[in-house]
Amino acid sequence: MAASFDLKNDGVVVIIGSGAGGGTLGNELAQKGVDVVILEAGARHEYEDFINDEWGSFAQLAWTDKRTTSGDWRVAKDFPNLPAWIVKSVGGSTTHWAGASLRFQEHEFKTASTYGKLEGANLLDWPVTLAEMEPYYAKAEAKMGVTGTNGWPRLPGNNNFKVLKAGADKLGYKECHTGNMAINSVERDDRNSCQQTGFCFQGCKWGAKWSTLYTEIPKGEATGHLEVRPNSMVIKINHDASGKVTGVVYADKDGKLQEQKARIVAVAGNSIESPRLLLNSQSAKFPHGLANSSGQVGKNYMRHTTGSVYAIFDKPVHMYRGTTMAGIIRDEARHDPSRGFVGGYEFETLSLGLPFMAAFLNPGGWGRSFTTALDHYDHMAGLWIVGEDMPREENRITLHKDEKDAHGMPIADVHFDDHPNDTAMRDHAYKQATALYDAVGATRTFPTPPYPSTHNLGTNRMSEKAQDGVVNKHGQTHDIKNLFVSDGSQFTTGAAENPTLTIVSLAIRQAEYIASQMSAKTI
Amino acid sequence: MVTIYDGKPGLSRRELLKRGSIGALLVISGSAVINPEQAWGLETSTLKPETMATLIQVARDIYPHDQVPDKYYAIAVKGHDETAAKDPAHKELIEKGIAELDKKAGKGGYRGLGWEEQRVALLTEIEKTPFFQTVRGGLVVSLYNQQEVWPIFGYEGESYSKGGYIARGFSDIEWL
Ligand SMILES: Cc1cc2nc3c(=O)[nH]c(=O)nc-3n(C[C@H](O)[C@H](O)[C@H](O)COP(=O)(O)OP(=O)(O)OC[C@H]3O[C@@H](n4cnc5c(N)ncnc54)[C@H](O)[C@@H]3O)c2cc1C
Ligand code: SF4
Repeated sequence: MAASFDLKNDGVVVIIGSGAGGGTLGNELAQKGVDVVILEAGARHEYEDFINDEWGSFAQLAWTDKRTTSGDWRVAKDFPNLPAWIVKSVGGSTTHWAGASLRFQEHEFKTASTYGKLEGANLLDWPVTLAEMEPYYAKAEAKMGVTGTNGWPRLPGNNNFKVLKAGADKLGYKECHTGNMAINSVERDDRNSCQQTGFCFQGCKWGAKWSTLYTEIPKGEATGHLEVRPNSMVIKINHDASGKVTGVVYADKDGKLQEQKARIVAVAGNSIESPRLLLNSQSAKFPHGLANSSGQVGKNYMRHTTGSVYAIFDKPVHMYRGTTMAGIIRDEARHDPSRGFVGGYEFETLSLGLPFMAAFLNPGGWGRSFTTALDHYDHMAGLWIVGEDMPREENRITLHKDEKDAHGMPIADVHFDDHPNDTAMRDHAYKQATALYDAVGATRTFPTPPYPSTHNLGTNRMSEKAQDGVVNKHGQTHDIKNLFVSDGSQFTTGAAENPTLTIVSLAIRQAEYIASQMSAKTI
Repeated sequence: MVTIYDGKPGLSRRELLKRGSIGALLVISGSAVINPEQAWGLETSTLKPETMATLIQVARDIYPHDQVPDKYYAIAVKGHDETAAKDPAHKELIEKGIAELDKKAGKGGYRGLGWEEQRVALLTEIEKTPFFQTVRGGLVVSLYNQQEVWPIFGYEGESYSKGGYIARGFSDIEWL
């Protein structure tokens, strides 16, 4: 049964956010008998409540509190108050996510030493290696039911995949399949197998896709050691004179401020909210925010080098039928500077429904050039580019100087400029993808600009040395022993792969560390 | 034979009704925009019905889909009348924006321009204005988010209640 802890209980671990990082950490700790309170800003919607409708689902799940943007990225112009497409709901962005679950490549943990010095890029090696991560990747894949691992079959290819595969074959790409997806290809873990509904981004109504909402969280609750408190927006982390954190202040469902005491605090609000909270927790002792002696909190914001290519054919495709992202080409993920950029990228199938296609195909576009594309919606195929972007100090989350949210907390500003490496990579990917669809007979292709960020990374980076980053190899802040970061903001660099498998693996690893440090009484 | 009248100055509502037979064009009558051919009408509360009729044409010129009937464009812009009722600033934005377009179009107004290219040229001139941005920004949701238009584009929408696409053609492509 789900636990219920007193506000004054200072023996609990408080986790902020219930998504990939926070939800996993909460369950892992609860399984080890550690008492946990997860504070989640959003409401709890179970999977039967999800809506097969793009805008309807967006209104139900997405984080729509105001943010501002700056920088040369096109999102700042097209969606000035929506820099990111992420979730505010129990389960976090694992309700919206598509399920693509890939391990990083070895060199992606060592970008500074592999890529060398790159003007304008704040590259740094991770303090962990692939070899150290492998056992945790294996645990995460087993937990999430990742297809193509542990003997689980890959998903069947849908129409969109078949077009991708035909193009990949024509271009001579070798590694093309339906991906490693945290989606049940067979019934397991008391959950359905994928019914090819095609609304993966809107929350899987079958529960076939892994989400902390209906895996980690109920499992943790069943131990009696986990309480999830929805509609609880944390606005400040408190500390004592010695600098140890002691609890958090949050606005409850009625907007009333409460303080939950804690032995340990783990921040997992995703890469915009986590640094926002640390910065907003500034005090006389920590005038630049918590855990910010390095000055790196909020910096090195990464969002992956993305873009899409849609193509129209003279015959129907119906790309929206079936699993949204079960299709991948990995050949371009290698590091091969002869292409004119460092790092690599993946191609993954992607489909949007008509309402989102209209909003995102060419934001701001109108007239016949735009509408004739939509006229052939059912003849369209599409893919998404996801590649490694360069960390830059100037790309950062800051607290807005004037604007505040409903609880009086300064809103976040997200600044992002593309690095020339990002632009070179995106242009390369546009060309390759266009050639791929042309090879299958596309009559028209659309190099589509990046959407608001679904992958948000790096703003509390992990580093060997305290002066280079915010957290150590366990996600423990360099400055404060009982303060942890447990989400994608820990990423030192972004790699070409979708981030969630790595977030979950790090959370499993972090739970082991926290539990051992608690029993050793070092925290 | 059908004679087509559109509700431009010169024909009163009474006269229009008296003459009876009306073609495919939109007709302004009292506080409504009426499409007699397709039997639908849109009552306005705050915006002038002429403004609404022009707005419907503007909507079509922004997102022209020849296979989509006017009705859906009318539904897509009718929110402006509701917003205008609550917000005088919005009313002014729309009325002034349309008046400006009519002025630019010269005698006969915006709807009097026969070719889409002529109308689009005017829209391009005002593309950066708050009026245009507001109309386009709202329309991209209010037009394409109508479930009734989805089948026209071959989008099937909600699929959970039908058991997904696992037995309904998720991999039925044959031409590859
Ligand atoms: C449409 C879409 C598709 C995606 N597809 C993929 C994919 O295929 N593969 C992949 O690897 N990744 C994918 N992602 C990304 C993936 O969802 C995220 O990387 C992952 O969920 C991030 O985990 P997180 O723990 O950092 O944050 P989240 O999962 O976003 O969770 C953060 C939670 O913290 C809560 N929170 C924030 N601030 C506070 C606060 N102050 N107080 C209380 N609660 C707070 C939020 O409400 C949220 O619920 C996708 C994302 C989207 C939106
Ligand atoms: S396609 Fe599969 S994973 Fe996606 S929503 Fe449907 S059942 Fe869930």
